[in-house]
Amino acid sequence: MRLDPVILSRLQFFWVVSFHILLPAFTVGLACYIAVLEALHLKTRDRTYLLISIFWTRIFAVSFGLGVVTGIVMPFQFGTNWSRFSDTASNVIGPLMAYEGLTAFFLEASFLGILLFGRKLVPPWAHCFAAIMVAAGTLFSSFWIIAANSWMQTPAGYEIIDGRFHAVDWLAVIFSPSFPYRLAHVVTAFLVTTGFVVIGVAAHHLRRAQSIVECRRMLSMTFGLLTVLVPLQIVLGDQHGLNTLHHQPAKIAAMEGHWETQAGAPLILVGWPDQQAEVTRWAVEVPYLASLILTHRFDGRVPGLKDWPPDDRPPSAIIFWSFRVMVGIGVLMLLVVTIAGWLRWKRRLYDTGWFLLICVTLAPLGFAAVIAGWITTEVGRQPWVVYGLLRTADAVTPSLSSGDVAVSLAVYVVVYLVVYPVTLYYLLSLMRAGPTTAEEAAPAIAGLQRSLPARAAAGAVAEPQR
Amino acid sequence: MTPPLDFVPLWTLILGFGVFMYVLMDGFDLGVGILFRRAPNEAARDLMMNSVAPIWDGNETWLVLGGLALLAAFPLAFAIILPALYFPLLIMLIALIFRGIAFELRFKAAPSSRHRWDAAFHYGSVVATVAQGFVLGAFVQGFRVQDRFFAGGAFDWLRPFSVLTAISLVLGYGLLGATWLIMKTEGTLQDWARAQARMLLIGVVVVMAAVSLWTPFLGPKIWQRWFSWPNIALLSPVPIVTAWLALRVWLAIDRRAEFLPFIGAIALFAMGYVGLAISLWPNIVPHGISLWDAAAAPRSQAFLLVGTLFLLPVIVAYTAWSYWVFRGKVRAGDGYH
Repeated sequence: MRLDPVILSRLQFFWVVSFHILLPAFTVGLACYIAVLEALHLKTRDRTYLLISIFWTRIFAVSFGLGVVTGIVMPFQFGTNWSRFSDTASNVIGPLMAYEGLTAFFLEASFLGILLFGRKLVPPWAHCFAAIMVAAGTLFSSFWIIAANSWMQTPAGYEIIDGRFHAVDWLAVIFSPSFPYRLAHVVTAFLVTTGFVVIGVAAHHLRRAQSIVECRRMLSMTFGLLTVLVPLQIVLGDQHGLNTLHHQPAKIAAMEGHWETQAGAPLILVGWPDQQAEVTRWAVEVPYLASLILTHRFDGRVPGLKDWPPDDRPPSAIIFWSFRVMVGIGVLMLLVVTIAGWLRWKRRLYDTGWFLLICVTLAPLGFAAVIAGWITTEVGRQPWVVYGLLRTADAVTPSLSSGDVAVSLAVYVVVYLVVYPVTLYYLLSLMRAGPTTAEEAAPAIAGLQRSLPARAAAGAVAEPQR
Repeated sequence: MTPPLDFVPLWTLILGFGVFMYVLMDGFDLGVGILFRRAPNEAARDLMMNSVAPIWDGNETWLVLGGLALLAAFPLAFAIILPALYFPLLIMLIALIFRGIAFELRFKAAPSSRHRWDAAFHYGSVVATVAQGFVLGAFVQGFRVQDRFFAGGAFDWLRPFSVLTAISLVLGYGLLGATWLIMKTEGTLQDWARAQARMLLIGVVVVMAAVSLWTPFLGPKIWQRWFSWPNIALLSPVPIVTAWLALRVWLAIDRRAEFLPFIGAIALFAMGYVGLAISLWPNIVPHGISLWDAAAAPRSQAFLLVGTLFLLPVIVAYTAWSYWVFRGKVRAGDGYH
């Protein structure tokens, strides 16, 4: 592998986007959870919801802050390192990304201030509204960025004039063939990822018999949601896979480690795809299963990588394994949710020590699945940046030298390896602190407004809201 | 093929508005960061940070909007300017990361490690501002372009004029930050902010004069724009109004006005911005590619315009609401931390 500006820029993009995606994977779900908690509190006046919301809002604030600053890095990558892609494709991609900024970022950033600092300054309904707007912002953001990504995967609604893409039909551009599947799969993944973190934190405190009321509520709510979402995610993943088979068969062939097109294809459970030799070594196979999964028929035809010239094949070994990691985690999650359902039926969910320990251990599981899935779909798109139309190698900035990109990559590596562990340390200490009691939960959020100076001077107010 | 409508003027206004909003809004919170380590004491630093904590990420979002509007509406400019500014942008982004997380983590850190987050916030702010100053200087001096690509070197931005603009921006953001603090604080911290604002105003006047005198020498076209007849007469109000504004800010600080210094500092920035626009019009990649050359396909500009004309006022409205909620003086004990 020659370290040219293309491969270095790809590594850099991989590095910054992989670290960035960890935060939306958490904050999309958490924003929705906080919005639900605030709405439930507004409706039922049950203080447990309020305390859980205050607890997670603090954690959300730290995660969101890092998400904002690592997110700002992303659009700049398109210009600094992928300027030919920007020049070629921005008639189509540009408006989608700009709509993300317009509909999502401002909504999130402006209402976040109210959510974090404004509980005492605005009426309860307005605070709840701010929480809902933050959650809506994160979902709008997912919508547009997945629309842009899906168009790069399965381009539609465009024409090419003078070597540049022009949009012809905006609905076709936004709702490109893979978009609905990808959006559903990704947003569900984000919700599930957050769910496992919430469960892990709740289980941690239950094991120590701390904040029992709040943590039982968290565990009960979240497992309730996951019982629906985890099986749903497996169905969505299957549908997304069938969609990929239809529109990007080479990606499926690489994911499955298949080299020959065949009817009644076996599922290769494990093995090592060898790109040079065009075989998958040490393969452990289950006969007919790949055909059954991909075509829902025993004798269905499944594509092999030899159908494409070597230059047009995605690297099989990486996505063969990243795909298996993702699926493996999905199965593990299903198992956890099933056990939880059984324990709940036995009324043992909150006090089964070994299961709570499993919940704590598996808290970061979703993040691994998100990264693995992301690698599968993005590496599987190679060697194209716009599938079948623009090669990644033709998308990079012409003026960059390997030295330039090596320096910037090194800087991003060092900085993220400092910033992420430090932030994680503070996040974990917030999580370990647990939901606070009623008195602590109302710190001096008192007014910046002139109407509230006496309370601000007093420094603390006993009752939040009501 | 002639498009039925020319969207470029409208997009120029939107982009100009977005970039100006960024410069103002992140300008004052970067300015607070620039002044941060000079603050008289720890309590003052808490207040300074709280004065911008609820709004900083909304402010910084205008940077994303500016970048994305450039990508969507003037993609050729995006594809040339960003590679040309590879390293200053890298440095800016890294600095913004450190100061951004400092907002959250400073208040959550143990007292013994708090000074590290103070440093991250301060130096992050200073370095981000310096990097933006280099971006500005490089932009005004123009970029070497071949075909549709940047054809210069990775360090073309590092020139004496850019050093001047970097210093200017540090002083300018500092002035915005100091006048913001005059508005948002009281007592000794406000007095301190007044003293800072006075010094910074003198600095800003000096560097604005220096940049104004230097800029016409950067290219014959800029010289002609300002000094050919009748432009010299038509444009003479620009420096005169700027000087008058600077005087008004000085007097406003002197008679202990609370809002006027900030408003005046914003107006000073606006005049600098107007001066820049006059020098560079109609180019978006100085000095060869015009706004029209760099524009996206009309269909793309139109598609985005529909939403933008609706969403931008909404954004401005809820940004205003957020500022309204957090109006008034910051006091000890504020914040959710």
